[in-house]
Amino acid sequence: MSDKEYKKKEKNWREGTYKNTVDSYGERKEEFKTDTGVKLDPLYTKSDIEDIDEKEDIGFPGEYPFTRGVYPTMYRSRLWTMRQYAGFGTAEETNERFRYLLDQGQTGLSVAFDLPTQIGYDSDNELAQGEVGKVGVAIDTLADMETLFDQIPLDKVSTSMTINAPAGVLLAMYIVVAEKQGVDPEEIAGTIQNDILKEYIARGTYIYPPEESLKLITDIFEYCSKNTPRWNTISISGYHIREAGSDAVQELAFTLADGIEYVQKAVDIGMDVDDFAPRLSFFFNAQMNLLEEVAKFRAARRLWAEIMEERFGAKKEKSKMLRFHTQTAGAALTAQQPMNNIMRVTLQALAAALGGTQSLHTNSYDEALSLPTEESVKIALRTQQLIAHESGVADTIDPLAGSYYVENMTDRFVKEAKEYIDKIDEFGGMAEAIEAGYVQREIQDSAYKYQKKIEEKERVVVGVNEFVEEDEKAKADIMKVDEKVEQSQKEKLNEVKEKRDSEAVKKHLKEIRKAAENGDNVMYPIVDAVREYASLGEISNVLRDVYGEYEAQNF
Amino acid sequence: MSDKRIKVLIAKPGLDGHDRGAKVIARGLKEAGMEVVYTGLRKTPDDIVRAAIQEDVDVIGLSILSGAHKHLFPEVMKKLKEEGAGDVVVISGGIIPEEDHQFLKDLGIEGIFTPGTPIKEIVDFIEENVN
Repeated sequence: MSDKEYKKKEKNWREGTYKNTVDSYGERKEEFKTDTGVKLDPLYTKSDIEDIDEKEDIGFPGEYPFTRGVYPTMYRSRLWTMRQYAGFGTAEETNERFRYLLDQGQTGLSVAFDLPTQIGYDSDNELAQGEVGKVGVAIDTLADMETLFDQIPLDKVSTSMTINAPAGVLLAMYIVVAEKQGVDPEEIAGTIQNDILKEYIARGTYIYPPEESLKLITDIFEYCSKNTPRWNTISISGYHIREAGSDAVQELAFTLADGIEYVQKAVDIGMDVDDFAPRLSFFFNAQMNLLEEVAKFRAARRLWAEIMEERFGAKKEKSKMLRFHTQTAGAALTAQQPMNNIMRVTLQALAAALGGTQSLHTNSYDEALSLPTEESVKIALRTQQLIAHESGVADTIDPLAGSYYVENMTDRFVKEAKEYIDKIDEFGGMAEAIEAGYVQREIQDSAYKYQKKIEEKERVVVGVNEFVEEDEKAKADIMKVDEKVEQSQKEKLNEVKEKRDSEAVKKHLKEIRKAAENGDNVMYPIVDAVREYASLGEISNVLRDVYGEYEAQNF
Repeated sequence: MSDKRIKVLIAKPGLDGHDRGAKVIARGLKEAGMEVVYTGLRKTPDDIVRAAIQEDVDVIGLSILSGAHKHLFPEVMKKLKEEGAGDVVVISGGIIPEEDHQFLKDLGIEGIFTPGTPIKEIVDFIEENVN
């Protein structure tokens, strides 16, 4: 069929076959929209991908612009890393959960830290009371980190750590634990989140002001490029932006805009982009709209490749590859009829696999109620294993490519994200756009709209605003963190403080202060300090003293 | 109901950074005609009680998702009483397991709104319980 004939047939369908049916019987809704508010055509055809250059915009796996995947073979060689985020209570308990997960076939670790650790407070700090060990494991000194990875060979597993403001300190501890296991820092593999901009935007665990925080991040880039070549120095995260209520386009745009800011800062201090860009990694959310999410992941790869080549002049192919971790959407989990969440997570995880993720965390069905139990975590992991081994989606690369709808949506995501990035450039970059409250306001508006849609039933959430069960019974077995954790953690910290060489600690803390004051790389003295069991709180307090603390504004 | 607008303080006690819910509720209550002040993140029970008294609010909404409610909420309630502001209606939201609800009710926190609650339900509760 020639193009002309095809167009004619299409027109006949739209104005005849389709329209006649709609005129007679109507449709379910007046209009159909994606989660980002794009009005959907009833049918996507060849005409919808006319403007897409197959060679330039889609390409092939493992080749620029990587729309179809960053590796030539994708899951045919190696499945994505199944990496469940875990951590609670003491290092002993979390170590036990880690070893359980590895026994169940998990292939990488992901550490959740408690809030005091994430904000640089020791467990005996007054502000930490009530929070120790609650949303993650409590880490005060190297001693806790040694326990956390006891009997886990750090040359064999890769470890992701969700830690931002104090990322350098936790990385330093990990390096020293590896040393003590006899593992060369050059061999350790993993990721620190280290993405402070999204903390100001969406997640809230900041300590220092933006400029000083960005300096810490470039210190880490520099240190790792010389000492830990297999370590991902940052995980630029859209996940929390989406959880805070953004839509999919905003998630994509704001994440890449954060990425641009980090790369620019490193380039500004004289680093060669190809020295650090290959170790940048990303972290996205997988929400409910399956095909829209797949398009988002594909668009992210293409857009980042273009940014790195055109904006930053990256030469190495690896510098242009957007490698990413995915977590299913916590905000999509419902407290009502919690078992339904297993199906939600399945759809979201499927989107991540079809979108070419490098690693994946699947949420547990009971997480709108409390931390997950061992049983619910196992089901979440099994969900991934089932998609990987039974569904067949991992057996051919980027199987949705060429779908008129998915390609059209991918292209649209690229264009719409670019518009946001242009706006952010007008502010002078992401740090400035955050300071002006622009990004926060955009997200809050979307969050509110989303809530309204649910309340007005424009958006159906099964078990919440439709198919509701009135006499639902509460789930009985929920996970509880032992309240004694706080006490035992304080005792452990005291013990460590008594045993360590306090003169050496003092000396190294002074060196950290000096480096911070002079603008030298603080990573080197931090590694020395943790080796002598200086605590996370002590190190963070020195930096608080020099850098000051960030005071958020409400927008 | 009196003709005075109901004034609400939405507060984030503890170190928890999740404030999507707090902000959505703040906006929803505003749209329902109430005056709303949001504290921002990481407030101690002292900060919250001080703000409540300064702003002379009728209601405090505590939002927490970190699991520290059993430690932080009693502190807020105790300080409110100490400051002579025990008549302020305190409600709460976030990840609060069912089995802790009675504990909070015994403290005097009657309204507990967990994920999935429509804003209207919260508005109705406030309007019924203030005055």
